[in-house]
Amino acid sequence: METDWIWGLAGGGLIGMGGAVYLLGNGRIMGASGILGGLVDGSGRKSAAEKLVFLAGVILLPLVLSSLFLIKTNTHMTDNVPLIIAAGLLVGLGTRIANGCTSGHGVCGISRLSLRGIVATVFYILAGGMTLVVFRHVLGVI
Amino acid sequence: MRLFFSFLAGGLFGAGLFISGMTDTIKVQGWLDVFGDWDPTLAFVMGGAIIPMFIAWQFTKGRAPLVGGAFPSPARPELDHRLITGSVMFGMGWGLVGLCPGPVIASITYNGWEGVLFMLAMIAGMVAAPKIGEQLDQIAAKA
Repeated sequence: METDWIWGLAGGGLIGMGGAVYLLGNGRIMGASGILGGLVDGSGRKSAAEKLVFLAGVILLPLVLSSLFLIKTNTHMTDNVPLIIAAGLLVGLGTRIANGCTSGHGVCGISRLSLRGIVATVFYILAGGMTLVVFRHVLGVI
Repeated sequence: MRLFFSFLAGGLFGAGLFISGMTDTIKVQGWLDVFGDWDPTLAFVMGGAIIPMFIAWQFTKGRAPLVGGAFPSPARPELDHRLITGSVMFGMGWGLVGLCPGPVIASITYNGWEGVLFMLAMIAGMVAAPKIGEQLDQIAAKA
């Protein structure tokens, strides 16, 4: 627990370097929802290869790291099916309607002082915090 | 080169999500839960990621991407109903389970059937988003 912030900072640094490589190398904004969403709704067909290779990297590195160092990969994920479906739908819909998620609006937007990125981040954090507090502490369902 | 940079960027992103603990829903929900056992890790991850990205944006000025082409146009200043409504919807789903798109993808090999189900629901939402977005535009036009 005491060292979690160091891992957080180091991991965050890697995330930022990934974004920097995608921006300075390919001239693109690294947003997870935009990359996956562009593939599944067909809007990103022209850059499909680039997106698929990006996603392969995102999936492969955690797999390699977890198997090499036998790090525990407990995600503490809920097994409540209706909750998973509702939350997944909301995340998919919301990130595409807002045109960005934690990586696109959060990391890439805030770092260039984009008003849209900052406002989106404030709203999804507030909505996330309020939803969690209501469902956990008021309703007691999560 | 374009595919090499894509893989490198994706790999760094995935590795960063993994070692920062952001694929653990307890850490994400812990950050959102200000009335519980508050966990500040996510703020360090965001801070750690924004620093290299801020430097990268400075390098874009007056230059072109290494593979050619152009950098993204400057950020649009205007706020619209889609940005707000979409972000609120996203935040609600994020709070309920503690997963956002990056970590959903990064953890797909070790997040069990629950992670796969979340990914499928998320993709369904992404596919439906253009239509739902148009309906929101109509509602906003009437309001």
